[in-house]
Amino acid sequence: MKKNSFEISSGIDWVLVGVYVALVLIGITSIFATTYRDENIMAGFFSLKTDYSKQSLFFLISAVLAVLILLTDSKFFTATANIFYFFGIILLILVFPFHTDVKGTKSIIRFSTFQLQPAELCKIFVNLALAKYLSSVDLNFAKFKSQFIAMAIVLVPAILTILQNETGLALVYFAFFLVMYREGLPSAILTISFSIALLVVLTLLIDQNILAIILSSVAVLLIIVIRKQIKKNKSLLFAIITIWAVCVGIQKYAVPYFFNHVLKPYQVQRIYATVGKDFQVDLKKLTAEDIKKMEGKKKAGNYNVKQSQIAIGAGGFFGKGLLKGTQTRYDFVPEQRTDFIFCTIGEGFGFMGSLVLLALYLFMVFRIISMAERQRSLFSRAYAYGVASVLLFHIFINIGMTIGIVPVIGIPLPLMSYGGTALITFTVLIFILIRLDADRQMILR
Amino acid sequence: MFNQPRQTVIRLIIFVAFSVLIIRLIFLQLVSSNYDSLALDNAVNKKIIFPDRGIIFDRNGKSILENTLAYDLMILPTQLKGLDTAGICRILKINLVQFKERVISSIIKNGRYRPSVFEASLSVESFVKLQENIFRFEPGFFLQERPIRSYPYKAAAHVLGYVGEVDSNILKRTNYFYQLGDYMGLSGLERYYEPVLMGQRGVRYQIKDNKNRIVGAYEKGKFDSTAIAGRNLRTYIDIDLQVMAERLLKNKLGAIVAIEPQTGGILALASGPTYDPNQLTGNLRRANFSWLLRDTSRPLFNRAIKGQYPPGSTIKPVGALIALDEGVIGPNFGISCSGAYYGCRRAISCEHSNPGHASNLRQALANSCNSYFSHIYRLAIDNPAERNTVNGYLRWKRYMNSFGMGVKLGVDLPSEDKGFIPDTSFYNKLYNRSWSSCTNVFLGIGQGEMQATPLQMANLMCVIANKGYYYTPHFVRSIDNALVTDTILNVYKARHDVTKIPDSMYNLVQLGMQDVVERGTAVGARIAGIALAGKTGTAENYGIIYGKREKLANHSWFVCFAPRENPKIAVAVVVENAGFGSTWAGPIASLIVERYLKDSLSQERWKEVERIEGKEILLPIIKTKRNTLDSLRNERLKKSQLNLRVEISTPSIPINKKKKIILAFHLNAIKPNYEEKFI
Repeated sequence: MKKNSFEISSGIDWVLVGVYVALVLIGITSIFATTYRDENIMAGFFSLKTDYSKQSLFFLISAVLAVLILLTDSKFFTATANIFYFFGIILLILVFPFHTDVKGTKSIIRFSTFQLQPAELCKIFVNLALAKYLSSVDLNFAKFKSQFIAMAIVLVPAILTILQNETGLALVYFAFFLVMYREGLPSAILTISFSIALLVVLTLLIDQNILAIILSSVAVLLIIVIRKQIKKNKSLLFAIITIWAVCVGIQKYAVPYFFNHVLKPYQVQRIYATVGKDFQVDLKKLTAEDIKKMEGKKKAGNYNVKQSQIAIGAGGFFGKGLLKGTQTRYDFVPEQRTDFIFCTIGEGFGFMGSLVLLALYLFMVFRIISMAERQRSLFSRAYAYGVASVLLFHIFINIGMTIGIVPVIGIPLPLMSYGGTALITFTVLIFILIRLDADRQMILR
Repeated sequence: MFNQPRQTVIRLIIFVAFSVLIIRLIFLQLVSSNYDSLALDNAVNKKIIFPDRGIIFDRNGKSILENTLAYDLMILPTQLKGLDTAGICRILKINLVQFKERVISSIIKNGRYRPSVFEASLSVESFVKLQENIFRFEPGFFLQERPIRSYPYKAAAHVLGYVGEVDSNILKRTNYFYQLGDYMGLSGLERYYEPVLMGQRGVRYQIKDNKNRIVGAYEKGKFDSTAIAGRNLRTYIDIDLQVMAERLLKNKLGAIVAIEPQTGGILALASGPTYDPNQLTGNLRRANFSWLLRDTSRPLFNRAIKGQYPPGSTIKPVGALIALDEGVIGPNFGISCSGAYYGCRRAISCEHSNPGHASNLRQALANSCNSYFSHIYRLAIDNPAERNTVNGYLRWKRYMNSFGMGVKLGVDLPSEDKGFIPDTSFYNKLYNRSWSSCTNVFLGIGQGEMQATPLQMANLMCVIANKGYYYTPHFVRSIDNALVTDTILNVYKARHDVTKIPDSMYNLVQLGMQDVVERGTAVGARIAGIALAGKTGTAENYGIIYGKREKLANHSWFVCFAPRENPKIAVAVVVENAGFGSTWAGPIASLIVERYLKDSLSQERWKEVERIEGKEILLPIIKTKRNTLDSLRNERLKKSQLNLRVEISTPSIPINKKKKIILAFHLNAIKPNYEEKFI
């Protein structure tokens, strides 16, 4: 199919662009609602001193970037994917000697007034590199070696990010497992990891011994129910017993070991706080610094979640209206412009507003999946799934955190939270997809 | 699931993730309802505006209870960093340890972000210093004004009562009508008329931000309500009479009650020893209260309504009325008494032995003949019309109850006591059902188990003065701006008729009582130009001292009303352990009557007032116990002064002394000198 490649508007998915613009505008409105303090609105928008005017400026910059991306040839992205990936890794390593201390994170490099967070940008590069690897001609994803390489592409930046004290951002990389699954990762791996995740959550919720008893009784019941099959096939019994032993081992020994020796006490406390439990720390094992950190984090974490739940709960069905929320208007929720921006919607527009926002996000993610499935080239499809996965992860963790079902992990709500790097990252992620989608008839490798 | 196309599985995962979020949102925003109030509580400050409490006036329109302003020093614990805490300590004369304790207790009470009272009702001295320097301590400390009670006459403490901060018990009992930090009447008229006096609290809603700073009015004041001041009370009290009554009881234990017989309005009600009510308003309220509570002479105890004494001979006029009404004696009934009553196993001695002192009722009353009244008591109990002792006694008890003896009268003060007139079951139990008029013959002369409060005795005088009826004694005549719903005073408008004893019998008793003063046992109480009818009483009583029951000095009683023809005042006076009724109680009552009826006293009579005021009548045991307490207190005071001196000697901040602030400040805010006040 022939196409005028100089006309950038052809083939563009305007629906996705529309949803994108709508979400950014809702974001700017929400930032306005939380930070507006009776100043002149017009002056406020042009002063570049207020947060909503700054966010508007970031939007403009993003728009320029978006146009630039749309003007770029799709082949550019496949050609440079690996280079960009190594560039990203180098940036991540450079952070260690050159970082600036901002609010306890070691992930930010500062050039005069401009702050750069490579861990944020790296999501784009990892997505591109992973798509590139998964679309290589000679790939046999059933092989362990290929699986290992794909995971390494994802986990190397993740580990570097964890070393920068940005556990939240690092967790995002696990979203890429969905992409690998789509591209042929054995579904057993997905099933097993889901099961383990479920087991860990259950370990948190239910007392260790009771859970062990429950697991054992399930195993015994299962053996009784399928005893006829077991008579025919002895290995079935062996499998059940192995699974039972692994489960009990995880919940009774592995999880407590992980919590007590791998995670920092404040992290464990946060995780427990999410399920509404108190974690008894063995104070003898802690250094003075640990204790200090723990106290601070515990308080801040609990306070944030409590206040944000109050704000969202107070919204009720229809909400209090823009600028009417007492919680969000008077700084009760900390980090409101950034990580807790959802509170503004929850309080101001209530359940209806939240539902509309969630519907927009859901529509966007589903739209991206549909777009992925209409690609001819594997690269574009893998890339699109990457975008969808990252978005899903951000949305679920961020909103889940504000309503108290996920531990407090400081990651932004895509396109809405205040902050230049995050907005630009998501813009680039989405518009590369739109560019690739415009050329969906092409085969890219 | 493994056979599904992988994109479907991924779509399913996405869908489940969003569903989880929505379900949680449904719970947060639609199901649980308390988040809204939590948010309001967070952001809206409910500022209570306290109305001025009502004022209490005496019968002549003089205010005996007023409001003045006191200042509290408030603390906001979050804002303490970098403040000159040493400066605050110097001004308040506390040390750093005390300072820290107070900060911690205020954090415990109200949290870091809410202000709490650091020092209540500042003294004038501290207030003046703080007023000038408060800018240096803001915003961690600030001053807040609060209306408090003051008592210009320093009198009627037992009547007026006091106000205090509500505690958790009261909160629960009133179903949280009051809130922490509220003040309410805790005793006396303040308590009884609390709903009238308190007025209506106003509320102002203010928006605050996360740092608890006030940003503006909530919803432009749509929900605000204004405070409505409490209403004033007009009482029957004659404050000058009240002040004099309290002077007369100085250094004595006892009570004086004066009632207007036509209305039941109480003119004066004093209990000795008393205290200056101003002591219980300022910042020393708590300290003063605990000292008053520990005083052996129990100054907080209102003896006029709670003191229960054997009435002694003062009950005799009632005995006469009962015997006359039952018809067991006539006006001319007389006995020959030779100094004792021998009708029962044990002889009851009489003060008089001259022949003819009990030749008729008037004579017997005037001379207070024990034999006569023991005899007529037995006649009343063994009245043949009642067939047996129990019925006779029950009838006699009904008479006593209708005279207000042994029952609560219902005065408008809380916790009145009812005295004691034994029931037949009491004697049945005590004497195993075998008792006769001889067993409790002492009741006839106001001894034995019988007990009465001074208020009851004054009320008894009202009945005799009115010839057969009384109005429940009460203080409050009217409420300013009374509403239809104010039913609190209605009970005092009802007349209580005491059986149907004919006027002629009352006349006879009244004449007998006039004889008491004119030529009987109480000639010392005579007032020139006033027909005073009275009765003395010298009541035997026992106390338990160091675990042993001992006979104590007699209580001195005097009850009277005047003028006899058209009574305007009825008085009951009791002075504990003061001997004969005519020695102390009689003269006191006579001074009260004269002061009230003549509106002034002559020079000589004022001297008499001073003489009585200067006389100390206390049991030795009370004195010794008091002295030990006082020496303990002095020692403690000295110690605390030593501490203060150390504090003060640290270099003090220069304070601008030129600026003088004139304030309506009541005197008690200055620390009282304990030695002077309490001894």
